[in-house]
Amino acid sequence: MAKVLVVTSGKGGVGKTTSTAALGAALAQNGKRVVVVDFDVGLRNLDLVMGAERRVVFDLINVIHGDAKLPQALIRDKRLENLSLLPASQTRDKDALTIEGVARVISELREKFDWIICDSPAGIEKGATLAMHHADTAVIVTNPEVSSVRDSDRIIGLLDAKTAKAAAGEKVEKHLLLTRYDPARAARGEMLKVDDVLEILSIPLLSIVPESEEVLRASNVGAPVTLNAPQSTPARAYFDAAKRLQGEKFEVVVPEERRGFMGRLFGRRVA
Amino acid sequence: MLAPEPPLAEWLDELDAQMQRSPAYFAGKPVVADLTALAAVPETVAGLFESLAARGIRLVGIEGIEPAVTGLDLPPLLTGGRALSEVAEEEKPRSEPASLLLDMPVRSGQSVVFGTGDVTIIGSVASGAEVVAGGSVHIYGTLRGRAVAGVAGNGTARIFCRRLEAELLAIDGLYRTADDIEPQLRGKPAQAWLAGDSMVVAGLD
Repeated sequence: MAKVLVVTSGKGGVGKTTSTAALGAALAQNGKRVVVVDFDVGLRNLDLVMGAERRVVFDLINVIHGDAKLPQALIRDKRLENLSLLPASQTRDKDALTIEGVARVISELREKFDWIICDSPAGIEKGATLAMHHADTAVIVTNPEVSSVRDSDRIIGLLDAKTAKAAAGEKVEKHLLLTRYDPARAARGEMLKVDDVLEILSIPLLSIVPESEEVLRASNVGAPVTLNAPQSTPARAYFDAAKRLQGEKFEVVVPEERRGFMGRLFGRRVA
Repeated sequence: MLAPEPPLAEWLDELDAQMQRSPAYFAGKPVVADLTALAAVPETVAGLFESLAARGIRLVGIEGIEPAVTGLDLPPLLTGGRALSEVAEEEKPRSEPASLLLDMPVRSGQSVVFGTGDVTIIGSVASGAEVVAGGSVHIYGTLRGRAVAGVAGNGTARIFCRRLEAELLAIDGLYRTADDIEPQLRGKPAQAWLAGDSMVVAGLD
């Protein structure tokens, strides 16, 4: 049965779009039919990260307003044929989204795909609440710092109150994706510890994605990191996350600083 | 007793906000809807009942509307009811349950308001969340947000928490912010109460 997953955070710049692309590509590489939907109307980015910006003709708003049919707007990925993108409009704003229109698009997508991954805009306004409205599962992207954690907490509250599942008395399944985790800074106590974040948010941990050059490099060439550098540590963290989303259970490993021989000799003094 | 007003969408939004503040308010209670304000737009009435049912509100009757409008699937029409304002005033002395128990964390931006008794939270209260009680506040978790006790003028109310990281504590209008709470109590089980005109915060050991 199709699953609708929303990638959300409240705060901007924590890695929602990067994570949407990476998780989408990881699930597609596991053989699932996946569509990633950009809900950030007016500030679309997902097409760039997916490397599809030169092939956008119609978008989510066109489909909602009936100007285009859904298959016309879907862009199939060049590297993975079972991965598609539904881009956002750059010229409209979030008021162009309607609750009935979004419901219709999501139910059409449910017939064609196994996973529908909605990339939520930042904030708690209409765009974000519509992106989460039909979700069965939510991935809450959080950086290990206080403002991001508090905003995530706010979003979790909204997931429990404002979604279709909440209105039906059910619960949206929630997962924490800790991104931009810097093992060196964590060791020096300059970042919130993983346990502290988990204690505050009290939702299960999906994976920890370390801060990495590879993520930036992948965005710049327009490829999800799970396609561009599948052996890199961030890509492996996203592959683990995709496995856990599909129901596999295994322990989350907290990334540690990789130090050379000299680092191991002298590292203690700094720490 | 509910008195929906047009436009219905806005009224439902307000209802949602109210239900978010006190989620248990309508739970299991028989509710009567006064539709006087909606009499001019009878076509919205059927949709209203679906909207209310979706929120778990059980209607036992309606009033203030033409009998012709009520279909077979609508609750029975009541007549002879009194206006909402007089009923509300008369109902006050009736004994409400004196405590509210929530078995979930209170998230940032959420506000739990219970003016007529104690509030017990099994879980943490996040930074940016608030719990407001007419009586005492009990938090079996970490208090990172605001706790306001004795809001209806009850100076004997107290605040208890398993771990104190509060942004603000208030009892009967007197308050202390995080800056004014002794640093050695941070992260400890603690309680707060009023001694005369000042608030005392002490460990719970």
